[in-house]
Amino acid sequence: MRYYVKKIVSLIMVLFLIMLLTFIAFQVIPGDGAISRLGVDATDEEVEALREALGLNRSLPERFFSFLGGAVHGDFGKSYQYSKPVSELLTARLPATVGLAAISIILILVISVPLGLLCSRKEGGAADRAVTILTQTLMAVPAFFLGIIITLVFGLILKWFQIGGYIDPKVNFTGFLQYMIFPAAAVAVPKIAMTVKFLKTSVLRELKLDYVRTARSKGNTERVVLWRHVLKNALIPVITFMGMVIADVLAGSIVIEQVFNLPGVGRLLVVAIGNRDYPVVEAVVVYIAAVVLIVNFIVDLLYQKVDPRVRMR
Amino acid sequence: MKKHGKILLALLLILGISMLGGCGKNENSSDDQEKGGADNGVTATKNPSYGGSIVVGITQDLDSLDPHKAKAAGTEEVLFNIFEGIVKPDKDGNLVPAVASDVAISEDGMSYTFTLRDGVKFHNGTPVTAEDVVYSLKRYAGLLETVDPEVKVTSALSCISDITASEDESGKSKITLTLSEANTELLGYLTGAIIPKDYDKQADAPVGTGPFRFVSYTPLQSFVMEKNPDYYGDAAYLDKVTFKISADVDAAFLELLAGGIDVFPYLTSEQASQLTEKFNICVGTTNLVQALFLNHAEKPFDDIRVRQAMCHAINRQEILDMVADGKGSLIGSGMFAGFAKYFNADLVNTYNYDIEKAKELLTAAGYPDGFEMTITVPSNYQFHVDTAQVIVEQLKKVGVQAKIQLVEWGTWLSDTYRGRQFQTTIVGLDANLAPSDVLKRYRSTASSNFLTYNNAEFDEIFALAVAEADDAKKVAYYKQLQEILTNDAASVYIQDPASYVAVSKKLSGYTFYPVYVQDMSKIYYIETEQAK
Repeated sequence: MRYYVKKIVSLIMVLFLIMLLTFIAFQVIPGDGAISRLGVDATDEEVEALREALGLNRSLPERFFSFLGGAVHGDFGKSYQYSKPVSELLTARLPATVGLAAISIILILVISVPLGLLCSRKEGGAADRAVTILTQTLMAVPAFFLGIIITLVFGLILKWFQIGGYIDPKVNFTGFLQYMIFPAAAVAVPKIAMTVKFLKTSVLRELKLDYVRTARSKGNTERVVLWRHVLKNALIPVITFMGMVIADVLAGSIVIEQVFNLPGVGRLLVVAIGNRDYPVVEAVVVYIAAVVLIVNFIVDLLYQKVDPRVRMR
Repeated sequence: MKKHGKILLALLLILGISMLGGCGKNENSSDDQEKGGADNGVTATKNPSYGGSIVVGITQDLDSLDPHKAKAAGTEEVLFNIFEGIVKPDKDGNLVPAVASDVAISEDGMSYTFTLRDGVKFHNGTPVTAEDVVYSLKRYAGLLETVDPEVKVTSALSCISDITASEDESGKSKITLTLSEANTELLGYLTGAIIPKDYDKQADAPVGTGPFRFVSYTPLQSFVMEKNPDYYGDAAYLDKVTFKISADVDAAFLELLAGGIDVFPYLTSEQASQLTEKFNICVGTTNLVQALFLNHAEKPFDDIRVRQAMCHAINRQEILDMVADGKGSLIGSGMFAGFAKYFNADLVNTYNYDIEKAKELLTAAGYPDGFEMTITVPSNYQFHVDTAQVIVEQLKKVGVQAKIQLVEWGTWLSDTYRGRQFQTTIVGLDANLAPSDVLKRYRSTASSNFLTYNNAEFDEIFALAVAEADDAKKVAYYKQLQEILTNDAASVYIQDPASYVAVSKKLSGYTFYPVYVQDMSKIYYIETEQAK
């Protein structure tokens, strides 16, 4: 119980710090929400009136704490640019981002775990060498470049999907999946390569330990040794890594969203920073931070499930 | 000899510009077909056919669907199809009656009277009444009792003291604007949307009077509209138009290649050249004043000789050749050719490219060895960045060491433009159809006067020009104003950049306007097969 209280308190502290830092960052960089909104034709009076209406004329602490007060109740205020509640903007963009993340994570898990085990079981074999070369190469390819290649090959030449043809999951879920598989592949492939390498190294290290010899000497088949005994222990570093990966993709693969024209949180953030749309930026940053923290928390819980030696204090 | 050729070319371009109404129109033909009559430059007989749907690519999200709250030019170009004002611009830059059937401006420029057009209906089926018009005008002129701070108030309309509705003997509704000071140019600002009074869902489900009506909008994805069957004017050809929002020009370019977009308006010249297989490339103007704007409050640009030297040292034709494949039209003052009769074409070559003269002027100003300067450029406009790079090289020849400072658009707006913290900057400035709109920033008192330009004669003539009712005199005043700017070398005016639009070969009728709009009502599918 104490553990959870401690975790939650630290989570709140971190979120508070992040909000404060984002807020300060926005004071330091040049630019102004009202000016960005009104463009080149506005008179000084108009800018002043809008600044007043948006509350930009209040003192710094006043603005920060009024924002904080709202945020505690889940109200991030209204976007300067769109004049809509920030929560509405964010919710509208979640399906694309969460969908992308979910599909990529499934791809990563489904492909990398069997592949990693295969490589470690047949270490040095033809399959292992082929996979190693492939993973080394793919690890070095940035996701955005992969995205462009996928767009060119599967979109332009093979016409397997309509470039830029994102379909809302509420309209047509199958269409949504058919489109999302391509950006998800761009996100997943480099991460699959890394996970395979991670898992392989981890399994190989475990295989050298005494308990494996014991398990083998009890007459277990190699498969049972691997899946029932080794995998559990080998997964610990992989879980840590997966935690990072999940946080990464959920936080919005900004570049991939751009390449595949996905209406996701990442694109919202890029546009909002450009417009100095401070409430939106705050909300997205808080969202990203919260995702990272929560995923980390879940990872901690998983450690305990996988390895009871890890005790939570 | 070569130089003469270039000048001739420039003159031809400028002459050609005013004829460029529709896409790909044969430059030698003078016939002006009605009904979006531009042909696609292919020798074939084509009949416009009704029906069909198209996808138009755009690269920015809409900031609001409420036409009075939308501030981005990228939103206005879309909403142009949904909404209409008292008047609306046509392709030649005239303001034609829209919701009003008739416009009368009193001789002293103190009042405007409009007759409401019969039988105009909003998209929700209710007829447009004089109350709706009064309400709409008051809303975007900032005259309603409770002002919504999000509404973009047209500051030029602040001279309106009263708006009233009345009925004449024949029962026609009239709307009268009374002004507190004379102004004969308000029509250019009366293109603001007429919307139903007491309808509060404008931002979610916009209702207007235009040739298309709203169907749906998904943020960061698309804006869909369909033909308005009750439109009082020439009905649109297409049944449905989808504006598809792409992340950027490059993403949209791929979609064009893949066939997901039928019309795309923001191509670079290089991209345009790669699309000729499936698309017709229409070349028009962007209707911008692109210039190296000089800050008169900063040394050494407070000295007219330095400013003139800059004008002589920069080879504008070379800029066009290097960054835009030679397309674009040169300008010599703060107005572009789209303003037709107001545009002073004599000024285009006042400052020819002349390094020796530039050096002489610099020496006279006390900078025989040149000086160092900074060009601030908004980084999101690659076109201006490219222009800056050419200019940096050109200025080296007169000993001026320029360095480029890239800033992000939000920073440019607040620090460079509004804060006036810059030496020189390159951007393109747009304007509505009122000639005063493009020149108003040079008034010494204007808050938008980011160059800190100051000339009492300019201020005086500007006031006269705005109030003048006689057209010939007005034209003369505006030409004089441009001349003052040129003589003062207010900035290094470069060009009105060319605009490249890709239009699917199945379509025709794309029309360029002298303002920033995408008129979809004139686009149609070609019925007959093209003759080869």
